[in-house]
Amino acid sequence: MGIAFRDETFRDTFTYRNSDEGIRRFPFPFGLDQYMYSVNIEPHTAGKPDSVYQYAFDIDEHYIAECRDRAITLEKDPGRCISLPHMMDSEWDVLELIMTSLSRDYPEHFALHRDGEQWTWTNRPLGIEQAFVFGNAQTLPYPPFEYITRQTQGDFVIMDHRDGDLWADAGMITSQADWSLAFDVGMSFKEWHGPVPRAHEIGVFDRALKYLLMLQLGNPVRRLNWTMTVNPRLDTAPETYPDWGPDRTSVTLDNVAEKVHLRVELQALFRLPRSNGILFSIRCYMASVGDLARYPKWARRLHRVLRDLPQDLAEYKGLVRYKPAVVEWLSRLDDGVPVPPGTDPE
Amino acid sequence: MQLDMRLSRIIELAPGIREFWLCREDGGELPTYSGGSHVVLSLPLPGGIQRNPYSLLGDPADCNKWRIAVRRQEQSRGGSVWLHDSAQEGQALKVSMPANLFPMARLGRHHVLIAGGIGVTPMLSHARELARLGESFEVHYAHRAPEFGVLADELRTLAGPDLHCYVESRGETIDFSKLLARRPLGTHAYLCGPQGMVEAYHRIASEMGWPDTHVHSERFLAPPPGAPFTVRLAKTGKAIEVRREQSMLEAIESSGVQPPFLCRGGACGQCEMEVLDCDSSLLHNDLFLSQADRDSGRKIMPCVSRVTGGCITVNL
Repeated sequence: MGIAFRDETFRDTFTYRNSDEGIRRFPFPFGLDQYMYSVNIEPHTAGKPDSVYQYAFDIDEHYIAECRDRAITLEKDPGRCISLPHMMDSEWDVLELIMTSLSRDYPEHFALHRDGEQWTWTNRPLGIEQAFVFGNAQTLPYPPFEYITRQTQGDFVIMDHRDGDLWADAGMITSQADWSLAFDVGMSFKEWHGPVPRAHEIGVFDRALKYLLMLQLGNPVRRLNWTMTVNPRLDTAPETYPDWGPDRTSVTLDNVAEKVHLRVELQALFRLPRSNGILFSIRCYMASVGDLARYPKWARRLHRVLRDLPQDLAEYKGLVRYKPAVVEWLSRLDDGVPVPPGTDPE
Repeated sequence: MQLDMRLSRIIELAPGIREFWLCREDGGELPTYSGGSHVVLSLPLPGGIQRNPYSLLGDPADCNKWRIAVRRQEQSRGGSVWLHDSAQEGQALKVSMPANLFPMARLGRHHVLIAGGIGVTPMLSHARELARLGESFEVHYAHRAPEFGVLADELRTLAGPDLHCYVESRGETIDFSKLLARRPLGTHAYLCGPQGMVEAYHRIASEMGWPDTHVHSERFLAPPPGAPFTVRLAKTGKAIEVRREQSMLEAIESSGVQPPFLCRGGACGQCEMEVLDCDSSLLHNDLFLSQADRDSGRKIMPCVSRVTGGCITVNL
């Protein structure tokens, strides 16, 4: 049985909605009533059926609309996809990883036929049939990394592994939580995480880098990160801040449940075979506060996490202006009963 | 993650040097790897499983077989002797996924590959990658006598006139002070060879002002045998005997515990363990721990290091 893809928008009319099933499988990130940074990394192995962790790259009901939104962003600003010249081997690594994963995990939607270097890729949801020569970029309409990530949900960074560090030397970034690929490209691991408050001081990036340098082929890992977004907008980039920044002033107690979205990134890291680089996938999920609050456990927990969030984290995540409205709205749903640990909705 | 493989072919390259081909037991495709990668073979020795790392020397794009070459080391723990005397074509083996602790610097403008003896194996995969990418490179291959230049012909097809061989029995040696002199900015050097060669190379490169980031080397240490001792795992209280020829890591694995590992040669740091107590002396054999770490007496790399006897307690 295939996925029922929704026809929806992530800008202007904002018709994006989650189905009931989309809310149930939402990767709610708070297992406890308090939130603090940690090296919360676990193996990216097959999770429960119908969960966002079931496959390496999750495809859901928003697939077609997200690919369409990415194309609009790239049309306006082609610099959202950058790959430095020494990254070509890793581009093919990523194309191979995504094509083999999607065709294996979603055979009703994707197919890959390989005859030596002669490959044929079929993407039924987007109506694409492409024959090409693996390793020959001239045989694709875009460079290999841009070609395949135009057809995949989520943002992607490829890190080059050299000098005992990881360098952000390629990326496809159109659904980012307010960071700029054009600014960060070519930076080392600690440079591009420079603005994150507190985490440097508690040694998170020293440990994370040491861990990632040891990442092994065939053993990908994942973690969750989160922020909030007003209106279900994928493209919240510094480059387009004038388009979305003012939305933060539009939140009221009456519209907060529909307007404010919890934005969760399922981040996964894969060692790449030919290039020895690392693919960093950032799959963005959004759900409105009102939709999440349909589960009493999530309503109580989200209220407590946001109420007690340290001010510097709230500032870094850009929540300061509208967080009071969210907390006040959620407080009406929090009777104070203890919530058991864990992220499941029920 | 371990692959079920078998030795599909054994080739005698020279006295005491054998090449092995590894194929998947189920006939399936192997993952591609990057130049400089190694795999860890689990060798079924009579006394228990011994896990040794070997560089992959074949074509990374060949999904049907992996190639390694092994020199017989009489003075070692028996893994290479087993591969020479007991291993037969068809032998089943568990093999790790490839890992790369010796990668090519992709921003390099020119690459100088240097091999001493069996250290030629990672240079073959590097040369293949550099040739495929059309990069500028040269290879310097030193070996004991003409018959030990076992992979020179294959290197020549990749490097052509930029392969330079040095035969020790003819009095030819690599002079690092000449080889590393007058190199343009952006040159990277890579060496795999015996300990004395690696040390001379780093010392001379440093004296000549090469930046450390451009001077690469790989050396896998075999865990030296030593007096038996006991390792106690603090979290479970389990006490495990480490035999003379066994590494501490192998002994822990044989008790059913699976600590993480990558190189098994003291280089990568993955299997680092915290020492809680030790009633003898730590014998550090790794290349990873800093002098400060060693002085603290709180860390040990169990893949190659051990203690002089008695009992060591680790936080595991």
